[in-house]
Amino acid sequence: MSTNDVPATTVDVTCTVNGEPVQLRLDPRESLLDVLRERLALTGTKKGCDQGHCGACTVHLDGRRVVSCLTPAVQVDGLQVHTIESVTGPDGELHPLQQAFVDNDALQCGYCTPGQIMSGLACIAEGHTADDDEIREYLSGNVCRCGAYVGIVAAVRQAAQR
Amino acid sequence: MKPFAYTAPSSVDAVVEALRVAQPGTKILAGGTTLYDLMKLGVEAPSAVIDVHRLPELTGISVTDSELVLGAGVRMADVSDHPVIRPSYTALAESIWRAASQQLRNMATLGGNLLQRTRCGYFRDADMPCNKRNPGSGCAAMEGVDRPHALLGASSLCSATYAGDFAIALLAFDAVVDVVGPRGERSIPLAELHVEPGEDPRREHVLDVDELIVRIRVPLTEAGRGSTYLKIRDRESYAFALASAAVGLVIDGAGIVTESRIALGGVATRPWRAVEAEQSLLGQPLTAAAARRAGEIAFAAARPGRTNEFRIELGIRTVADAVRTAGERAVR
Ligand SMILES: Cc1cc2nc3c(=O)[nH]c(=O)nc-3n(C[C@H](O)[C@H](O)[C@H](O)COP(=O)(O)OP(=O)(O)OC[C@H]3O[C@@H](n4cnc5c(N)ncnc54)[C@H](O)[C@@H]3O)c2cc1C
Ligand code: SF4
Ligand code: FES
Ligand code: FES
Repeated sequence: MSTNDVPATTVDVTCTVNGEPVQLRLDPRESLLDVLRERLALTGTKKGCDQGHCGACTVHLDGRRVVSCLTPAVQVDGLQVHTIESVTGPDGELHPLQQAFVDNDALQCGYCTPGQIMSGLACIAEGHTADDDEIREYLSGNVCRCGAYVGIVAAVRQAAQR
Repeated sequence: MKPFAYTAPSSVDAVVEALRVAQPGTKILAGGTTLYDLMKLGVEAPSAVIDVHRLPELTGISVTDSELVLGAGVRMADVSDHPVIRPSYTALAESIWRAASQQLRNMATLGGNLLQRTRCGYFRDADMPCNKRNPGSGCAAMEGVDRPHALLGASSLCSATYAGDFAIALLAFDAVVDVVGPRGERSIPLAELHVEPGEDPRREHVLDVDELIVRIRVPLTEAGRGSTYLKIRDRESYAFALASAAVGLVIDGAGIVTESRIALGGVATRPWRAVEAEQSLLGQPLTAAAARRAGEIAFAAARPGRTNEFRIELGIRTVADAVRTAGERAVR
């Protein structure tokens, strides 16, 4: 009989996280979010709801945004993971979208911000920034309890125009 | 979460073999946005999962002379932006685009989407009585919050709403689901895939535990162009439907409706085809009064709970508005 503390199997996974190769021996129960935060000490990715609702845990998997709380970590085998820690401008200064968040007061407590930035970067890369309505629609998976939405939309619009 | 064994076979044949020898309690895992979510909540507790998320054979979208073919492993996001689906099956594209968030649509597969489980809050809370999760324990919604519960197709044991959007549009277009398992292949019309709770709310669809959905086929129809999926929510985006309607129409040169398809979402225990409402539109010009009447017919059998009666009028207007939008697109 297995108890809840003992994994039924372990699974070896190789992936890259922010460009660095990573090898992990995983309990298949582990979420990508918990692996990033607890095992790899990449705490920029936040845990809000842990149920796929809030978007605070958004990361990029092979360039596409996903919520890491509902991603079983075993599923990233062979894939590229990018987290907020990989986001910088060309010379190590703030990325234009990060600067746009500063310029537009797009945060208050900042807890949702890493997820907003990862989602905003993907939204711009997808080309879903035709107007404010489209930006709002495609950022609707990122909830901000502080209600900084006006600034967030303005920041994504500003970065998309560059 | 209970421990479980994990395998990720690399072909459909290998998945079928794994399903053939699987222990009781084995489940197929795709994007995990339903299954892994419910495992974290302690509502699902498979002994083993067979991961099909990256099976190459389940990917791909193609268009033949007679049908649209969608791999069961296609991600939702790849449907909503597809250059052929948007103009020729508008309701399909809209049903996906109005579901969940872009993050979830990048993860979730079409096969998993069809089999997503209800969002009934008591079902999702492992501590509450729920006949679907724990047969015989009772239904907490009967005395509790029944605002999002079903108006059509409920039984005395369960009134949980089928929450998905995509299946509603597929139903309107007479889609077929191809499945494979240890006993071979079969095709199931979408209209027969889901079942009402009846005496056994645990059972939500007719697939056996060892059957894999491989693809979804949608017959080509002129009504695809004259179609829409209208979804009314508590907020503008990123919420499940309070009421929704997939409508597809064909209107001839004289302005007469010659083909009519209506399916309802968010209001029934399964994807719900409104056949009599469809027929009421046929053979006559499309007027606002006819659209409204179609909505009233669609909800004629609706039975509200204690706090959700408002969704009947909401549903009627949703159908009426969707019929009018489809009509505008059909004559264009
Ligand atoms: C916050 C949130 C909001 C959401 N909003 C919406 C919404 O507005 N509208 C909407 O329609 N949906 C919504 N969803 C549900 C979401 O669309 C589904 O969870 C998703 O489509 C399921 O697909 P998946 O690949 O992740 O399936 P999984 O979770 O992997 O699987 C779901 C079920 O299907 C079975 N399964 C999966 N693939 C196959 C296959 N090929 N053959 C046989 N069985 C299979 C699994 O065993 C499991 O029982 C939302 C989900 C979340 C978390
Ligand atoms: S409505 Fe159905 S799913 Fe919800 S608590 Fe009652 S039995 Fe369970
Ligand atoms: S923590 Fe993942 S969506 Fe909220
Ligand atoms: S800034 Fe506080 S949650 Fe968004």
